[in-house]
Amino acid sequence: MAKVLMKGNEAIGEAAVLAGCRYYFGYPITPQSELPAYLARRLPEVDGVFVQAESEVAAINMVYGAGSAGARVMTSSSSPGISLKQEGISYIAGAEVPCLIVNVMRGGPGLGNIAPAQSDYWQATRGGGHGDYRTIVLAPNSVQEMADMTIAGFEFADRFRNPVLLLSDGVLGQMMEPVNLPEPRDYDVNSKKWALGYKGSDKTERNLCSSIFLDQDELEEHNWHLYQKYQVVTDLFSKGEFKDFAVEEHLCDDAEIILVGYGIISRILKTVVEKCRKRGIKAGMVRPKVLWPFPTGVFERLAKTASQFLVVEMSCGQMVEDVKLSVDGKKPVFFFGRTGGTVPSDFEILNEVDKLVRPD
Amino acid sequence: MSKWVINESLCKGCGLCIARCPLKILAYADHLTPKGVYPAAITDESKCTSCAICARSCPEVAIEIYKEEK
Amino acid sequence: MTMKKVFSRPASLSKTPFHYCPGCDHGVIHRLVAEAIDELEVADRTIGVAPVGCSVFAYDYFNFDFNQAPHGRAPAVATGIKRTRPESIVFTYQGDGDLAAIGTAEIIHAANRGENMTVVFVNNAIYGMTGGQMAPTSLIGMKTQTSPYGRDAATAGHPIHMSEMIATLESPVYVTRVTINNVANLMKAKKAILNAFKLQKEGKGFAFVEVVAICPTNWGKKPADAHKWLTENMLPVFPLGTFKDTHGVEKAA
Repeated sequence: MAKVLMKGNEAIGEAAVLAGCRYYFGYPITPQSELPAYLARRLPEVDGVFVQAESEVAAINMVYGAGSAGARVMTSSSSPGISLKQEGISYIAGAEVPCLIVNVMRGGPGLGNIAPAQSDYWQATRGGGHGDYRTIVLAPNSVQEMADMTIAGFEFADRFRNPVLLLSDGVLGQMMEPVNLPEPRDYDVNSKKWALGYKGSDKTERNLCSSIFLDQDELEEHNWHLYQKYQVVTDLFSKGEFKDFAVEEHLCDDAEIILVGYGIISRILKTVVEKCRKRGIKAGMVRPKVLWPFPTGVFERLAKTASQFLVVEMSCGQMVEDVKLSVDGKKPVFFFGRTGGTVPSDFEILNEVDKLVRPD
Repeated sequence: MSKWVINESLCKGCGLCIARCPLKILAYADHLTPKGVYPAAITDESKCTSCAICARSCPEVAIEIYKEEK
Repeated sequence: MTMKKVFSRPASLSKTPFHYCPGCDHGVIHRLVAEAIDELEVADRTIGVAPVGCSVFAYDYFNFDFNQAPHGRAPAVATGIKRTRPESIVFTYQGDGDLAAIGTAEIIHAANRGENMTVVFVNNAIYGMTGGQMAPTSLIGMKTQTSPYGRDAATAGHPIHMSEMIATLESPVYVTRVTINNVANLMKAKKAILNAFKLQKEGKGFAFVEVVAICPTNWGKKPADAHKWLTENMLPVFPLGTFKDTHGVEKAA
C-alpha cells in the first residue's frame, strides 16, 4: 500500500479497522476526538458498530460486554477519561477479556489542560484500578507506530486474554506524518471458545465472564493464575519472541551517558544525541516501546558500560522510578522533566546533559 | 405417586406456601432437615386440587405438583 | 392412575440452590425469567448480565451464558454484548441500588438508545447485600441502617420512580410495573416478563419490567408479613401498571 498522510489519532482508527476491529465505544474528549470521529464515519462502511456512550464509565463497560461476547473491540480517551475507565479496566483484567484502550495523554491532575503530557505513566503501568492486575502498555513515538502498535495491541490482547493500553500523547495524536498501512486482516467474532454466545459445536457447557470469586481460596488461586500469566508476558517481552519489539537502543554501545525517554520525547532525545555526538559527548538513547512489562534487561546491561543515565519525561518524574529500579543503584540516574503540557526542547535537554557531563 | 412433592433440601422454611394454600392443607413438618429447617409438609393430600399456588409461591422452586389424569 | 406434571422447575433454571434469604422474592423472579426463556425457546442464545447486589450470583442459577457486570453498569455491558451478537437474547437483572442509584446513567441511556434488550428491575426499597441501607426507592419515613430516623424528604429526597421516568423516553417499547405479593399478581408478572422477552425476540426494542418486591431480612419481617407491608405501603407509592406499550403486546396476548 502507498503511504498516506494521516493524523496520529486517525491512523489508530484506520489500523483498528484493518486489524479486524468492528466495535468502538467511546466518549468525546480532547485531544483524541479525531479518533472517535474517524471511526464514526469508517465503521459503518465495514458493517461495524460505533456507539457514543453516555460516559467513559459506560463506554468501558460496553467494551467489557462486547469483548466478553468475542468481539475485537476498542475504546479511546484522554487522561481524565481514562481515570473514569479504571473501574471497568479492573473488571476486564479480572475477567480476562481482551480489548484495546487508547490513552492520548493530556496535562493533569484533575481537569488539567488539553496539552500533551506523560503524567499517566504510573496509572498505566501499575494497573490503574483496584486489585492485583496488569495491563500491557505500548508506547508509540510516531504516526506509523500508532498504526503498527494498534494492530500489535489487538494481537497481544487476544493472545494473552488481557487488556492492552496504547499510551500516546497529545502531540502524537494531533501530528500528521506519512504512514504505511498494513493489509487488512480478518477477524471472526466466533473464534473464541470461552466467549459468551460462542456457537461452536465443541461448546459443552455454558460460558461465564466474571471477576467475582467470593471464596478467598478461589480468588487467591485466580490472582496467582493472573500473576503467572503476567510472568509469561514479561518473559516474552524481556527475552523471548517480543524482545526486539519492547525497546529501541540508539548509539548505546560506547555511550557514557544514556538518555531515556518514551513516546514523543524519544524523538527529541534522538536530536539531542546527535548534537551531543557532534560536540564530542558520547551520548546514547534507550526508548522503552513497551512500558509494562518494563524492559529492565537493557538497563541492567547498560549500567555496566555507561557512567550515568538521564531520564526525560513530560511529567515530574514517573518512569524514572522504573529506570532506577532497573539500574539498581549501580550508576547514577538523573531526571529532567517538563509538566503541565509543555514539551521540552532539545536545547533544554542538551543543557541538562552539559551539566551532568561537564559539571564545572 | 404424590400430587405434592417437596425437595426438602431446598426448603428454607419461609412459610409462604403454608400462608397461601387456599385449602390450608400445608403446615410445617415436625422434623428438621440437615440445614436445620422445619420444612413445609402436606397434611391431607386427598384434599389437594393441584392448583400449584404453593409451588408458584415457593422462592426456592422446591415444590413439584402433579395431577391425576382422567 | 397416571399423574401429569402440573408444575416443576423450568429447564433454564439451574439446579444450584439459591443463596437468598428465606422468603426472598428473587427466587420467584428468577423462575419467571427462566420460564419466559423456555417458553420462547431461546435458551441456547440467551446471555444474561448479573448486577452487583444480592443477585450478583444470578449467573449460578441459569443454564445459559452470563456476564457479571460492575455495579450499575449492566445495561452498558449488555449493550456491548447485544451489539456484538444481535441474534442473542440479552437481559440485565438489577436491583434498586444497582439500577436506580449508581447505574442511573447507564439504564437511562440504554433505554434512550432503544437497545433491543430486556431489563428486569427488582425494587424492594432497600440495599440487601450490604446490610439494609437506604435506597433511592426507600419510602419516606422508612427506617434503614443509613436512615435510622426514617427517610427524610428534606435531606434524602423522595422515592425515585424509575418506570415512570423511563416511560417518558421515546425509544422504550414496553415499561411496566408488577409485583408478586399474591398469586394473581404473580401470574401478571409472569406475563409481563414473557412480553418483555417476546418483544426482544421480535426485535422490537427496549423492554423494562419493574418488580416491586420484598426484603424480609432487612425489613425485619416474616415473608408473609412483608408481602402485606408491601401491599399497604409500597404499592401506594409505586402503583402497578403499564406505562408504555408501543406495540400493544398486552392487548394482543
